[in-house]
Amino acid sequence: MSATAPAPAPSPEKVTDERLLKTSPLKKFLGRPELGSVVGAVAVFLFFAVVADSFLRATSLATVLYAASTIGIMAVPVALLMIGGEFDLSAGVMVTTSALISSMFSYQMTANVWVGVGVSLLATLAIGVFNGVMLIRTDPPSFIITLGTFLMLTGANLGFTKLISDTVSTKSISDMEGFSSAKDVFASTITIGDVDFKITIVWWLAMIAVATWILLRTRAGNWIFAVGGGEQAARAVGVPVGRTKIGLYMGVAFGAWVSGQHLLFNYDVVQSGEGVGNELIYIIAAVIGGCLITGGYGSAVGAAVGALIFGMTSKGIVYAEWNPDWFKFFLGAMLLLATLLNAWVRKRAEATK
Amino acid sequence: MTTKAAADTEATPTEGTPLVKLDGVSKYYGNIRALEGVSLEVHAGEISCVLGDNGAGKSTLIKIIAGLHKHDAGTLTIEGEETTLGNPREALDHGIATVYQDLAVVPLMPVWRNFFLGSEPTKGTGPFKRLDVDLMRRTTHAELLRMGIDLRDVDQPIGTLSGGERQCVAIARAVYFGAKVLVLDEPTAALGVKQSGVVLKYVAAARDAGLGVVLITHNPHHAYLVGNRFVLLKRGAMSGSHTRDEITLDELTRQMAGGSELDDLRHELERDSAP
Repeated sequence: MSATAPAPAPSPEKVTDERLLKTSPLKKFLGRPELGSVVGAVAVFLFFAVVADSFLRATSLATVLYAASTIGIMAVPVALLMIGGEFDLSAGVMVTTSALISSMFSYQMTANVWVGVGVSLLATLAIGVFNGVMLIRTDPPSFIITLGTFLMLTGANLGFTKLISDTVSTKSISDMEGFSSAKDVFASTITIGDVDFKITIVWWLAMIAVATWILLRTRAGNWIFAVGGGEQAARAVGVPVGRTKIGLYMGVAFGAWVSGQHLLFNYDVVQSGEGVGNELIYIIAAVIGGCLITGGYGSAVGAAVGALIFGMTSKGIVYAEWNPDWFKFFLGAMLLLATLLNAWVRKRAEATK
Repeated sequence: MTTKAAADTEATPTEGTPLVKLDGVSKYYGNIRALEGVSLEVHAGEISCVLGDNGAGKSTLIKIIAGLHKHDAGTLTIEGEETTLGNPREALDHGIATVYQDLAVVPLMPVWRNFFLGSEPTKGTGPFKRLDVDLMRRTTHAELLRMGIDLRDVDQPIGTLSGGERQCVAIARAVYFGAKVLVLDEPTAALGVKQSGVVLKYVAAARDAGLGVVLITHNPHHAYLVGNRFVLLKRGAMSGSHTRDEITLDELTRQMAGGSELDDLRHELERDSAP
């Protein structure tokens, strides 16, 4: 019980209290949501550093970072959405949809590819808005609504592609105007020393920074935590619950657009059946990163570390020259461990307070 | 619970225009009479208690004052002006803040984020517009201290506070954001004796800060400790309205518990246990 007799006038100085034992930086770190994922990431790194000789080479690490970034670009906005208490099962195929729109629009209109990229951005954001509006206007949980969007997009991706180009993949657009500059933005390679880094790593880091800023230092961030942690209470004090959730779905859509454009300009053609199943990978990365599945708790950095664990595991198995079939097994084990570790850490963190 | 709170209430009721005045207010849901002919005055720096058993119409009365329901008959006067409240936002704009028992806070969020939720102060412009975290933490600590809650750490999740402390944070928040009238829905219902005492102390602190308080409760002991006026509801109608100097705690308890019905019950029980 911390209540005492009515106190004298408040002092404007820095808040200090003799009952508050000095918290060591270590203890503060133990209370962070991303702790579980950081411990996991270090463990996975050490494991593969020992078992796979080629894992520690700079080129290998660049490959790992590339794999992590393609997942991380989506895992970060998906984590924000989960903190806001919702899911998006359409996130995986939305990436493919975004790439298809961009490619087919440019090709069919014989326009500068940047026009296609712009149209794709608007269309993808519109899908995000659709998810959000459907959710707040109707009653069913986001799980069901985005499952519907997921199926619709999966079907539409294949259907439209076959209808327009008669095959399941798009036509090559590499000889079209603006392709090289778009490739520079979405799929180029930056050479540092003699190691090649993919530009998606830059996109990924930028998204982590922006997401963390929004979450911790803006009003919108406060609202995200509130709608996920106590929707009714948030509504009662005037938080715009509907607008916050639509914004979160638009964030996921933006991530899907970036990923989709990378897909398109990296490979030139897009396979319309791709992306199915990736939505679970994004959710798993967010959960490994410490996001509470019921909402109201988590961090963008954690989700990024979760994506890094994914990258290290998928490439590490290759470098260790194991059968890649084991990847999913490792993933499942990691998810379970991370969930248990997070639950344990959170219990400890709350008990010591 | 202390006797200090009781001593504080000796102040004489202030004269002048009441902040909120209900006169013969009635509410019907179809053919059900939820509330009929209820009159209530809320003055600045006073606590008006609404007492009643389950189903007496306390919630309906709250909902009319909080703007969730419109009244069907009678008048609702706010600072001398007759109005009808259409939604909770209008009530808030009139300075009427309602603290519900379980809808007050988001448990996983730190105390300081909860305190400013929905009305966060910012600094900077454009893309660098950001929360004024320093101000938020400092103000939260200072405002809670002013209400007598000396918090160790404003960063702790509010869920780690006790039920009474959470109510107090919600009250302190309403006071800080300029509420003139504070409506409290059974703030002590789910709390133990000691916790209830703590909450009542903050209710008294809000009153001393010059707010008009409407305290809804079914506990006459809690009501009598801090109240200036008492309105008793029974089956949707007003069964009594008293100021503090007109009534004793025993009489209040007697009326609240059913008055003559209780006397009959007592006689009956005494007869049974006599042999």
